[in-house]
Amino acid sequence: MSKRDFKIYRGDDERGELVSYKCEITEGMVVLDAIHRIQADQANDLACRWNCKAGKCGSCSVEINGRPKLACMTRMNEFEEDQTVVITPLKSFPVIKDIVTDVSWNYEQNKKIAPFSPSKKDKEKDFVMMQKDVDRVQHFRKCIECYLCQNVCHVIRDNDAKEKFVGPRFMARLASLEMHPYDRADRIPDIKNDHGSGMCNITKCCTEVCPEGIQITDDAIIPLKERVVDRFYDPITILSRKIFGKEKRS
Amino acid sequence: MLDISDIRRIQFDVLIIGAGGAGLSAAISASQDSKIRVGLVCKSLLGKAHTVMAEGGMAAALGNVDNRDDWKIHFRDTMRGGKMLNNWKMAEIHAKNSPKRVRELEHWGAVFDRTKKGLINQRNFGGHRYPRLAHVGDRTGLEMIRTLQDHGIHQGIDIQMECTALDILKDKSGKVAGIVCMYRETGEFIVFETKSLIFATGGAGKAWEVTSNSWEYTGDGYGMAYEAGAELLDMEFNQFHPTGMVWPPSVKGILVTEGVRGEGGILKNSEGKRFMFDYIPKKFANETADTEEEAARWLNGDKNARRPPELLTRDVVARAINAEVKAGRGSKHGGAYLDIAKERSAEDIKKKLPSMHHQFKILAELDITKEPMEVGPTCHYFMGGIKVDAETTMTNVDGLFACGEAAGGMHGANRLGGNSLSDLLVFGNLSGIKATEYSKNIGSIPKVDDNDIRKIIQGATSILLRENGNNPYLIHEELQKNMQYNVGIIRTKKEIENGIKEIDVLKSKFKDVKAPGSSQFNPGWHEALALRNLLISAESVAKSALIREESRGAHTREDFPSEREEWIKYNIINKKGKDGKMETAKILRTNPDKELKRIAHSKLNELEKEVKIDHDKLKVS
Repeated sequence: MSKRDFKIYRGDDERGELVSYKCEITEGMVVLDAIHRIQADQANDLACRWNCKAGKCGSCSVEINGRPKLACMTRMNEFEEDQTVVITPLKSFPVIKDIVTDVSWNYEQNKKIAPFSPSKKDKEKDFVMMQKDVDRVQHFRKCIECYLCQNVCHVIRDNDAKEKFVGPRFMARLASLEMHPYDRADRIPDIKNDHGSGMCNITKCCTEVCPEGIQITDDAIIPLKERVVDRFYDPITILSRKIFGKEKRS
Repeated sequence: MLDISDIRRIQFDVLIIGAGGAGLSAAISASQDSKIRVGLVCKSLLGKAHTVMAEGGMAAALGNVDNRDDWKIHFRDTMRGGKMLNNWKMAEIHAKNSPKRVRELEHWGAVFDRTKKGLINQRNFGGHRYPRLAHVGDRTGLEMIRTLQDHGIHQGIDIQMECTALDILKDKSGKVAGIVCMYRETGEFIVFETKSLIFATGGAGKAWEVTSNSWEYTGDGYGMAYEAGAELLDMEFNQFHPTGMVWPPSVKGILVTEGVRGEGGILKNSEGKRFMFDYIPKKFANETADTEEEAARWLNGDKNARRPPELLTRDVVARAINAEVKAGRGSKHGGAYLDIAKERSAEDIKKKLPSMHHQFKILAELDITKEPMEVGPTCHYFMGGIKVDAETTMTNVDGLFACGEAAGGMHGANRLGGNSLSDLLVFGNLSGIKATEYSKNIGSIPKVDDNDIRKIIQGATSILLRENGNNPYLIHEELQKNMQYNVGIIRTKKEIENGIKEIDVLKSKFKDVKAPGSSQFNPGWHEALALRNLLISAESVAKSALIREESRGAHTREDFPSEREEWIKYNIINKKGKDGKMETAKILRTNPDKELKRIAHSKLNELEKEVKIDHDKLKVS
């Protein structure tokens, strides 16, 4: 048991500072526990988001010593005894207060995506899908919407090109829809134009921070980029479409 | 003086409070009528509600894994699990409709685990006769909420995120007319005027110290409904889930899915004994394996073998673990050992229970494919709740509906695992339909009284404006300790009375609660606002627990062991009396439909024969 040093960002989007706190740490504590302790004893109005405390809801995303993480799944024993733990808000989104950011932009992206669209006929009966055919889709659906991937994406973080790219989270969502055996919507033109698949330059930062270990780059973004290329830039496909008409990909 | 005309107002036909599985289902079903203006208010961001933490699955008699399953068997299991105290009609509606709702979820994009034939796979769970739980590994709740969310955002629902409801507004005749809310981000107050309100606000598990519930679970629906004159039903039935984490201390209470036992996990004490064989209740003895050999055969798919005792209902397993610990046979940190490592391959465990594997690895530095987990009871679920009419989900307040955990009755004295997610879908859907019908019938929005709005807002702001006062976090901690020790898993008259006294002390402390800081995203203020509802919930639990002098399901009175025949006749109701104090009363239950009673009390083998005849007839026709 020991008192440990923390620095937590206090303020809003315009001004703020790192404020020092000391907090007693006991066995097994995670960073979120320390935040709660500080909140209860020293700073009642310290704003933070959390829900499940078990890595399932993706609410408590922050940057800890500069690394984007879930506060509930970051154990205090990851740090040296004398190391100050610095907690700051996600850099890519506007700060509402303290370590809470405005992530509403992400909700707007989701709304732009054409929802799951099975055919009317298929909806009248039970879906028959083999496990191996839905493994990939389920892999994407593990996403807890913590937006850590959105936070580290270069397009969003460094270039602030939010209007041009939906970000890795929603590329994974698009992939889960495109690869669903019963989905009948065609999102490829949207993926190229509105959702900005070409913006990603495959640095894989999103994959690295994903707490669910989703292979966002390899399994979602690259295959979607390939589908866009097949549709819009592959001469054989273009020719065959001219001859045989438009056809939904298998 | 507060100028009410400055407060923004929005009008709805149906407004839902709470955006977990029940709230989203209700909003979606209400929005199917394009003329109906539907609003959805959530305390957190959309998609973060407590449903996200549900793990094991949703129970529905699809019959995909064992085609002998049928609504009748599901209904019988539910009633027996609830110790026959369930609202009969609700249990019937639930069992009959959950298959339809699960299929609908699949058609909206949920991707369940599959059987070999490519259908929705179903797993075993406590108290369910057959493999019945549609699931996605151990993250079924996430799948459910994300599916509803992604479907719901395209239905024209006005979604208000991070918005806390404060109190209900009624017109002069007592009809629901609106609700006052507050945006957490800015502290701005808002009035939603509405023809009907659906409370899908969940339970109040945050009143206990060891709990699987998040900060949101502060009984807001119970508190607001109670203040508006609604009745709270059977609040003494609080489910302690048998398997919460016990170590390290900071994660104590976090849920370990019943799916671990469903997949074959066994419980052992410090002596290495598989103790559940010693705790099989008489009523379940005929349907439970009595040797390890038979339990092993069952796990390997022998349809003639009976179920292992680890899959008895939650109340039984929680009490057994509690008793083992009390007898000095607990695990190192005061729980029981839950072992899946010896029953399943590492690969199977990672595939079937990935989030348990991850959770223990990170939070407890333990590999569940190699070592047993340590688990103990954790407050999990309210069987009790706002009293509703089974077929309309409306409360005794005109225009106020409730569904999901916020509503009482469906689960009786003990809920079966997996029956919650299906309950959310079935009754969420139903309340959306019924609230829409109600709203169409009443015509215009009833008139709110500006004085009521003023009072609610002044009550909320006084917490910030007070010069000094009590720390809301510390009042909450004291309440949690009190409920844990005085109104916990095993109860006595003396302890409950002490608990009620302490709640009275905390209520007076709450009158002087003070939150420092401004109204912008101020968790101290939010905590203080939730305290009123948490205290009402806790008080109603304690008062009902004192009156029910028997042990039934999740309510265990050490001074009144075992079920008492006379008590099956009664529900317990709490409501606000004319003097402002809580009134607690026994009320006679209505007699069940004869046919339902016959099914619930049938012998299993006879009911199975009957179901087979039903199914054969269907095949022929």
